[in-house]
Amino acid sequence: MNRADRAAVWFALPSLFLVALFSIYPICDSVRLSFYRMILMLPWLGEKFVGLENYADLVIDPVALVSLGVTLLFVGVSAALEVSIGAGMALLLNESFRGRGFVRAAVLVPWAIPTVVSSQMWRYIFNDRYGLFNFLLFGRDTSRYLAPLAEPWLARAAIIFADMWKTSSFAALIILAGLQTIPDELYEAAEVDGASAWQKLRRITLPLVKPALLLALLFRTIDAFKIFDLVFVMTQGGPADATNVLQFYGYKKVFAEGMIGYGSAISVGVFLISLALALLYIKLIGARVLEPGAAR
Amino acid sequence: MKKFLLPLAVAAVGVYSLLPFLWFVLASWKSPAQLTAIPPVVVPDFHWGFYRSAIVNYGLLGYIKNSAIVAAATTIVSIAIGALAAYALTRFHAAWLRWYLLVLLCVSMFPQIAVAGPVWRILDALGWLNRYPGIIVAYISFSLPLAIWILSTFFKELPYEIEEAALVDGCTRAQALRRIVLPLAAPGIFTAAILVFIYAWNEFFFALIILTSPPLQTLPVGIALFPGEYTIPWGELAAASTIATLPLIALTLLFQRRIVRGLSAGAAKG
Repeated sequence: MNRADRAAVWFALPSLFLVALFSIYPICDSVRLSFYRMILMLPWLGEKFVGLENYADLVIDPVALVSLGVTLLFVGVSAALEVSIGAGMALLLNESFRGRGFVRAAVLVPWAIPTVVSSQMWRYIFNDRYGLFNFLLFGRDTSRYLAPLAEPWLARAAIIFADMWKTSSFAALIILAGLQTIPDELYEAAEVDGASAWQKLRRITLPLVKPALLLALLFRTIDAFKIFDLVFVMTQGGPADATNVLQFYGYKKVFAEGMIGYGSAISVGVFLISLALALLYIKLIGARVLEPGAAR
Repeated sequence: MKKFLLPLAVAAVGVYSLLPFLWFVLASWKSPAQLTAIPPVVVPDFHWGFYRSAIVNYGLLGYIKNSAIVAAATTIVSIAIGALAAYALTRFHAAWLRWYLLVLLCVSMFPQIAVAGPVWRILDALGWLNRYPGIIVAYISFSLPLAIWILSTFFKELPYEIEEAALVDGCTRAQALRRIVLPLAAPGIFTAAILVFIYAWNEFFFALIILTSPPLQTLPVGIALFPGEYTIPWGELAAASTIATLPLIALTLLFQRRIVRGLSAGAAKG
């Protein structure tokens, strides 16, 4: 190691230490703990080595399987919806019109709201007795009012909708950045050739914005996988595990029931799925990261 | 056709983005009777009772204080440590630095539950559960990938010649960072600071597991665990939510361009 490399170590050291202590070590420790049976809050009861028993239990745990299914459904549907709505918003923001600054600011508002706040907000709107949702559907006929958060499919839809509302603007920003790299000359040339608006969208915009769309989709997929706040506030995983996503199930096992060994097996499973997604992301953009001296 | 569709799309996006939260803010100004009225009351009579009650009966000021302390401390330390790392990543060429950047990128994508149990055990061993240092050090660690990533993109854009001349003149690396890079990268540092602050102000999962004692809880935990099993105090909840959100909306609208640039540096361009 030459002198410059040693200097680099000193600059990177504080962050290396914290990332190692709070991100790398915990992942290794989760793997170790997943081979034990112990109670989180009662460590003095001891840890008992049980080998692969936690994993054997996990693959036949009906709640865990439902939870995996719910998570995949949630991730797939919400990421697809968010990218579609985001693409629509980005196309709009890429036009020039009066009041564009206002729209650009307006779409950022849901992004700026804390997720816990937006969760309570949707819970209020979906209230079964005086929520705006029911009034818009049924007016004053309170006998037909629904309790959306107490019906399995409505609760899932409500959570997906709430997630979409908050994060589609993020997808829009990524896609807008992609749209802005398309040179105007292409559109001008197409206009000279008499192309219609639809043809321009299909033949120029879509193919050229595809990398940005893919990136937004992957980014939203990774993020949707982390869903927790909405479920915690709106449904607590219910009704009957209909919205019990993996993060919430893991949280309940570890912190409500204290089953750190079994919970760690869930953590390791979640980690492996997200690692696969992260590697996919890096493969998509990572070549640039590994260029010599490149910081991105 | 376009003349007709464009205003329609603008109106739709505006309503979709603003109306739900506006409805919740309006609830905070309603009277208790207006809150549950059918048909709903659109224009409230601007009754401030729920704000008073949120402060007096639900300890709103305590949550605000905790959030402000935690978010401010996280932002300052995370940016300081992040700037050092970003300097290393953009000014040195050792191979391990590029791998470090990839590790940071990966780490930022893992769901919280992947690390939560062991993080709780570390803080428990340190005696830092239910204490500011515990939540702050956790937030610093989890916001570092974001801070380093954004700061690196800004540091990389600075002209290297000035620094090189200073180094030739006998300036140390630390002096170059402090006297040249930091002042020149001030806009980038500010952008990273806003995004880290927003992260720390909004974070819920780790606050929930680390801060179990109500006097220490931050706004997201307070709002998520708002007391009331059978009848939810919607008025007070809406008032607390409005207060928790106002600083963020103000920041976002004031620094819109920087935030958009920082987000696309952190996420899209990669």
